[in-house]
Amino acid sequence: MSAQLKPGMGPLDYARRPWIIALFVLSLIFLYAPIVSLVVFSFNIDKTGVWHGFTWMNYVKAWNNADIFAALSNSLMIAFMSTIFSTIFGAMTALTLWRFRFPFKNAYEGFVALPIVVPEICMGISLLMFFTYTGMMEATRDLPFPLNLSNIIFAHIAFSFPFVTVVVRARLHGFNRQLEEASKDLGATEFQTFLHVIVPFMLPALVAGALLAFTLSLDDFVITFFSSGPNTTTFPVKIYGMVKRGVDMQINAASTVLIVITLAATLIAMKLQGPGKTGH
Amino acid sequence: MDDWKDYKRVFLTLALPGSFWLLLFFIIPIAFLFVLSFSGKAMVDGETSATAYDYLSTFSNYTSAMSSDYLVLLWRAVWTSVVATFVCLLVAYPLAVAVCFAPPRYRPILLLLLILPFWINLLIRTYAIYTIFRTTGVVNQAFGLVGLGPFEMMNNSGAVIMGLVYVYLPFMVLPLYSTIEKLDRSYLEASLDLGATQATTFRQVTLPLTMPGVITGIILVFIPCLGTFLISDRLGGPNDVTIANTIEQQFLEANNWPFGSALSFILMYATFIALMIRAFVSKRSAGVDA
Amino acid sequence: MTEPIISIRNITKEFAGGVKAVDNVSIDIAQNEFFALLGPSGCGKTTLLRMISGLETPTSGQIVIGGQDMAFTPPNLRPTNMVFQSYAVFPHMTVEQNVGYGLKVTGVPADEIKTRVADALEMVKLSYLAARKPDQMSGGQRQRVALARALVKRPKVLLLDEPLSALDAKLRDDMRMELTRLQETVGITFIIVTHDQDEALSMASRIAVMDKGAVAQIATPAELYEHPNNKFVADFIGKVNLLDAAVISQKGKTVTCDTKAVGKFAIDTDKSASSSATIAIRPEKLKLSAAEPKGARLVKAKAAVKDVAYYGNTSNVIADVGGQELEINVQNDSRTEGSGVERGQKLWVSFDPNDALVLTE
Repeated sequence: MSAQLKPGMGPLDYARRPWIIALFVLSLIFLYAPIVSLVVFSFNIDKTGVWHGFTWMNYVKAWNNADIFAALSNSLMIAFMSTIFSTIFGAMTALTLWRFRFPFKNAYEGFVALPIVVPEICMGISLLMFFTYTGMMEATRDLPFPLNLSNIIFAHIAFSFPFVTVVVRARLHGFNRQLEEASKDLGATEFQTFLHVIVPFMLPALVAGALLAFTLSLDDFVITFFSSGPNTTTFPVKIYGMVKRGVDMQINAASTVLIVITLAATLIAMKLQGPGKTGH
Repeated sequence: MDDWKDYKRVFLTLALPGSFWLLLFFIIPIAFLFVLSFSGKAMVDGETSATAYDYLSTFSNYTSAMSSDYLVLLWRAVWTSVVATFVCLLVAYPLAVAVCFAPPRYRPILLLLLILPFWINLLIRTYAIYTIFRTTGVVNQAFGLVGLGPFEMMNNSGAVIMGLVYVYLPFMVLPLYSTIEKLDRSYLEASLDLGATQATTFRQVTLPLTMPGVITGIILVFIPCLGTFLISDRLGGPNDVTIANTIEQQFLEANNWPFGSALSFILMYATFIALMIRAFVSKRSAGVDA
Repeated sequence: MTEPIISIRNITKEFAGGVKAVDNVSIDIAQNEFFALLGPSGCGKTTLLRMISGLETPTSGQIVIGGQDMAFTPPNLRPTNMVFQSYAVFPHMTVEQNVGYGLKVTGVPADEIKTRVADALEMVKLSYLAARKPDQMSGGQRQRVALARALVKRPKVLLLDEPLSALDAKLRDDMRMELTRLQETVGITFIIVTHDQDEALSMASRIAVMDKGAVAQIATPAELYEHPNNKFVADFIGKVNLLDAAVISQKGKTVTCDTKAVGKFAIDTDKSASSSATIAIRPEKLKLSAAEPKGARLVKAKAAVKDVAYYGNTSNVIADVGGQELEINVQNDSRTEGSGVERGQKLWVSFDPNDALVLTE
């Protein structure tokens, strides 16, 4: 170690050590360079790795590309539907766990948390078999949009709502039961109390949970891949085909749009959950 | 908390939708997978049927999963995950230290910078890595300018490990950050004050006291690495096959569903064991923070 | 003074944004002193202590320890050891390992470590807990471990950062005595940081009172109490009544001044007063009496008792004296009548000007 300290710099000022700063900067480059380059090249006029000039053309083409448009709208529709039901089921389950004592409660809690920990591939192939054996794969294949997506939506609800439960329950944990008693003391019924006291308290967690469900659904590839029939393509499934086979600037353009949507949703969710609660 | 018996209708209304959904779209499919993992293909008219099974008739799927071919494969998958996890740890520890020892008002933004990419679609990130590291990608173009390359940087084990580190680094940073942040600095100061060098302080004090975070981080990264499907499939070469890829092959190509099911359960058991280790560690370390 | 063991010379510590936590401080501390850095929170006393230990570095200045400037020497290479406010007893080591840590990491042979650790534990009366982990110990016990761990290194200077603040009242009194005893036994210089004046007055041989990063006064406890240099010290150490005075004249060492509360009087001082000064007088040096007190030198005035706070052995009387509220400390020397002072009484208040002090800043 260096024999002398620098003026004004303590021995624990690790954040000011040059090698740590260098590592931090390199890591940020490593983390962001691929994404930044993807976004930048979505404005490139050709698909080489060299910048040849700015254009909006890739966005226009992506918008007019029926495949990409269908994949993106499928993804957004699935995410939208899954978010609504996940939020409702998640909130109800959280309320159950928060409010009631019942037999086998610990086992039930573990059961609700299972989809969070089971490897995606296992859940994916189990749903593949389930949908095949029950005939749901066949039955939904030719239904009109968005009913042709119902298998995927069902699957997404199943793995998303436990996350919502976790978020909402953490919020309810901090609820002061005296507020509820005060409300009843002032003459409100059980239901009025729920509506005017508990629901407003839950609201930030509901929004955060919903945004989390939305991101999870948009992000999912593996479970979607296995629970979708051959005719349905979501955006991640579409990109899956692209990687290795080649690079298409229209995909860059569509990805950029999706990145903007997800990051906006994420930042809003983080704001709502308050400082220090980043990540899940 | 109220007893459910006092509010049966409210309880059932709240509990049933979620429970029903999980039962139908999670438990039943997984249970079926479990049954299938102990099944063999049925013999119909002296021939092996493609679709009918003798349910719960055999252990052979598990025994063949433990055969030498698959053990080699399993070992490769584990080894790749171990290397990726280790690299994550090596990089994430100083990063977490940097965030924790930065002035308090910069900490949230620095942490956010490290974990934000995690929220971007996994496939988009995989695709992004592929585009810049492919033979005609930006990185190779840059090498070209100085007269080097192009290098084949994709479709090999190195690419898989790089992809895994890229994707799961935030999982390592977060638990490390939260333990290092809670670590009372006066422990480190006391160690230095008592004559230990920075290196000794790290070995004897910092590392032992942040072990719970290290172990949580290792498990949070190791589990998804072990179950990775996409990254090995898209960035790796023909030999970079993980358990998840093999499972997929059994279902979509080899059409050996019982064997795929058995592999799935082996992967699930491995995951649960890792989670149990984590629970055990966090329980034991609960008293250390005092 | 003999050659100082620590000489702090013109130390300044400036934080980002230009805030000076410590502003041009110079202190010499002699071998074997029990020295206290006393001041309100945020006065820079802890920062100064941490700069002596090497846990922080000054912006400029020198810290000479045992004849060598160590202002920028890393903490592990300094002959100082610290007892931390939170004790910082390593939770993953036993008491024995904690105490032996500083010896082990500097390469002291194992058998020597063993005897020195045993001696140190003996000294703080903790031998019976040698194999315990800190989480099974009380705050007081942990503090003894921290003490033993620092003393076993035989430092030239032992630094104590608010060592008693986390203990409850009873334990604090015991520990105060024990620290004084220990300091006498081991013959090591102690520097203690505290915001508690009682602690500093009762333990230290000399005290530096700090205010806003600067030293307000360095003196023995009795000097600080009876001869504070300035208003801050007078006010911070013990209770004091401050009377604004207009200086009428100064002849040699005698100042004649006029106060709103007690009128005109003459008082001796070393200081040269300008047109105004502050007269400081401690509550116990004011006397109350029913009859007009006699004595040519006494300063006296009429007082109306506004409030009496009873403390058992003494009572604190708040009285209106010429429009200013003064605090007067009265002994409750009669079991049946207490102090004999009641709210609303009209009494005389008086003091000997020799017991008062002229402060010019």
